[in-house]
Amino acid sequence: MDKAATTEKPEFNPTLASTAVGMLERFGVVVLGVLLLLVVPLSLDVFRLGLAAKYLCFAFPAVGIVLIWGYGGILSLGQGMFFGMGSYMMAMFLKLESAANPDSSSGTALSAFFGAAGLPDFMVWNSIEELPWFWEPFHHVWITIPAIIILPPLVAFILGYVNFRNRVGGVYFTIVTLAIAAIMAIVIIGQQGYTGGINGITDFKTFMGLDLDNDTAKYVMYFITVVLLLLAVLVGRFILKSLLGRVLVAIRDQEDRARFSGYDSAMFKAFVFAVGALFASVGGAMFTIQVGLASPSLVGIVPSIEMVIYAAVGGRLSLIGAVYGAFLVNGAKTFFSENFVEYWTYFIGALYVFVVMFLPLGLAGILDKLRDVGKRSG
Amino acid sequence: MFALQAFTGLSVFSILMLMALGLAIVFGLMGVINMAHGELMAMGAYATYGTSVLFEAYFPSLMSIYFIVGVVLAFFATSVFGYFLERSLIQFLYKRPLDTMLATWGVGLILQQLYRQFINPRPVEVPTASWLQGVWQVSEDVSFPMSRIFIVGLAFLTATLVYLFLYRTRRGLLIRAVTQNRGMSGAIGINQKRVDAYTFALGCGLAGIAGSSFTMLASTAPDTGQAYIVDTFIVVVFGGVESLLGTIMSAFFIGQMQTWFEFYLSGSMARAGILLLVIAVLYFRPNGLFATKVRR
Amino acid sequence: MSKILTVSDLTVSFDGFKAVDDLSFSVNREELRTVIGPNGAGKTTLLDMICGKTKPTHGSIKFKDLELSKMVEYQITRAGVGRKFQTPSIYQDLTVFENLEISSPTERSVFGALFFEHTSESRRKIESVAERISLQGQLKTKAGKLSHGQKQWLEIGLLLMQEPDLLLLDEPVAGMSARERELTAELLNDIATGRSLVVIEHDMVFVKMIAQTVTVLHQGKVLAEGSMDEVQNDERVIEVYLGR
Repeated sequence: MDKAATTEKPEFNPTLASTAVGMLERFGVVVLGVLLLLVVPLSLDVFRLGLAAKYLCFAFPAVGIVLIWGYGGILSLGQGMFFGMGSYMMAMFLKLESAANPDSSSGTALSAFFGAAGLPDFMVWNSIEELPWFWEPFHHVWITIPAIIILPPLVAFILGYVNFRNRVGGVYFTIVTLAIAAIMAIVIIGQQGYTGGINGITDFKTFMGLDLDNDTAKYVMYFITVVLLLLAVLVGRFILKSLLGRVLVAIRDQEDRARFSGYDSAMFKAFVFAVGALFASVGGAMFTIQVGLASPSLVGIVPSIEMVIYAAVGGRLSLIGAVYGAFLVNGAKTFFSENFVEYWTYFIGALYVFVVMFLPLGLAGILDKLRDVGKRSG
Repeated sequence: MFALQAFTGLSVFSILMLMALGLAIVFGLMGVINMAHGELMAMGAYATYGTSVLFEAYFPSLMSIYFIVGVVLAFFATSVFGYFLERSLIQFLYKRPLDTMLATWGVGLILQQLYRQFINPRPVEVPTASWLQGVWQVSEDVSFPMSRIFIVGLAFLTATLVYLFLYRTRRGLLIRAVTQNRGMSGAIGINQKRVDAYTFALGCGLAGIAGSSFTMLASTAPDTGQAYIVDTFIVVVFGGVESLLGTIMSAFFIGQMQTWFEFYLSGSMARAGILLLVIAVLYFRPNGLFATKVRR
Repeated sequence: MSKILTVSDLTVSFDGFKAVDDLSFSVNREELRTVIGPNGAGKTTLLDMICGKTKPTHGSIKFKDLELSKMVEYQITRAGVGRKFQTPSIYQDLTVFENLEISSPTERSVFGALFFEHTSESRRKIESVAERISLQGQLKTKAGKLSHGQKQWLEIGLLLMQEPDLLLLDEPVAGMSARERELTAELLNDIATGRSLVVIEHDMVFVKMIAQTVTVLHQGKVLAEGSMDEVQNDERVIEVYLGR
């Protein structure tokens, strides 16, 4: 049953060896840090910076996908579910904060009119009279933030461990992730009164008193996002450079053998899957703060599969590549939507085919090849 | 009431079964996951729609049989497309099943956009032939719409033909030989590439027939197929990929559950409930509900 | 001599076909046992069940004080059973060094592996095993680039790193040249000191090189057991091998 996972091997160099990928990983964090902390904020206006921040939020799940897909050999087509968990938990907090602050929220004015103070506007519109129990904890930021960090990885770990222990691997696990992402989107859309339905949760004002429309707040949030993203890349690098990274490659390529080397391979795969979920969740939370929206359109199968292409474009074995991949693909998306919307779908469709057929190692792979050629001639 | 509910389940089952059979052949026998399978179903539906438009314009007197022509055309259009898809893309990816999912997803997105741009961004409907409009009045309270009876019949006919093809014809024998032992079948001179392409084309053709049937139940939109793809995968996995009979039973089971859940819950929550249930069952029977124990 | 492995009434059936049928046999501590038998006798299936790859339908496999039939692969490995497969099963994309490193029993938990640091001792152990399997010069080579014989040795090396008390080897000389066979026989005799080995083999010349006690399987049951000479002269064994 998990044969499929072990045969998944386009010809590439799987370890962080002394290749261009390795070089990029080594100096890349510094280069990326300079780009994101200095070049981008100094060269873009606030509106464009907001776009950059949005793209970077999508880089979080992409970095996670490099870990779980490139090194763990697990293709998750459901990362939108973890992105969505982070996003919605943050949105619940922001919404409650807005609803509790009467002057700044139109929703509260409305709810005051209906006599349900402190209730999010969409609940009032859906004639929900009392705050549902699972919203209660999100009054407090010190519950919200740990929940964003703990819950999605926990869910991922359990889901992963249960399936991997049962030898549900390869394409089967991929289908399970796909189905769960679909379920989550269906439930969110179906339970409009509790989740805001298809419109999502939107119209936030402040985050812990910080006015989110304010330019300074936007810069602050941008820098927090960049720091968190660099941290995610460094954590990923630490994992890959440790013995754990080599065990993951071993499990990816020869899971049977790894079991007979004494490794509980299910535990390792579930662990890396949980790390991927953590990154996605943090990305989702930062997205909601900065874009001001939590939406089912970022949860279901279409966005989930799109997150994989970010990692694939950058190179499935390159953590840094995933950041560039997320940036480029999302940049292209904005470009198309500003110029010729109808061609975006053709473009991204063709991108899937092209990358899989001709660039299985993504941009990092091109770099690798160039370096090899350089070495040979020089 | 009971019979009616069960029968509604049966027509959902027909669509799911045809979709899943096509996918199971491609996935179970060839190990390839075709994420564009839903768009192929939509292609079949559009082919049927196209036939109805043509007949209305040029042979209005033959409108009563356009649907039959539509089914055949749907099958041919999708299988020819499938043939070329296999030759141009899939054949290079047999060793990378996960990558195949991404590539075929891309193909699906392109197809969707083509439908949107060149057919109609909004849902289209086909006229129902007069002889399919009636109902079969069983008793005073119980009546079955003819169109649904027809769909169920078509599904069973197709399933039977597929069975006969795979187990009673020479070409079917070749397909089974190649899937069971690639090395050996190559050694005895079977042209595997040809067989692969035909098998893939057959799987796609079945999606086409599913699409045709679908037009009898609802209107077709560019993203209709995408809405069905997850359910179809679940049917195949639930049935145990190696067995076509398992796929049929699994489609029946899920189709029935779907209607029953819908009876008590809203439609979307019913779908979520079923998917969750199947995932839970997979926990206990990871090889699918109807798989037999085999030596690995 | 005390037993390290006791298999009793072991049966497994696949779709009604009994690959191993009510089989009982045992292996002593520090014994090198060779298992032979015609194709389909159930040799590989027997090893699969001991190491946890296949679950028996019923019967018991006692290893030291542990009931292996109730354990999963990694637990069995950690208990001290090593398995070598018929086709070399190594990590093609890791270097020889990394292959051996991964097989070391020191850090097998997720966090243990995450924070693992080499000591001079752990490096020395890897180097000494590499020397024993004649791969000391290839520590930085990707395992996939080794010759077939070297891959076989590397797999034996992985098992040495594991320091098992019982080593299960499935046709260790399959596909090797005559010279490589001799070296492998030496290697196995060398390894056998201090641990028990069960070796499946078809090649009678090789069996003669290593054999102490030979068990003959036929149709999932033990047909005969004894020294190579005894077995070779056994009427039933001759009948099975030569047909009537």
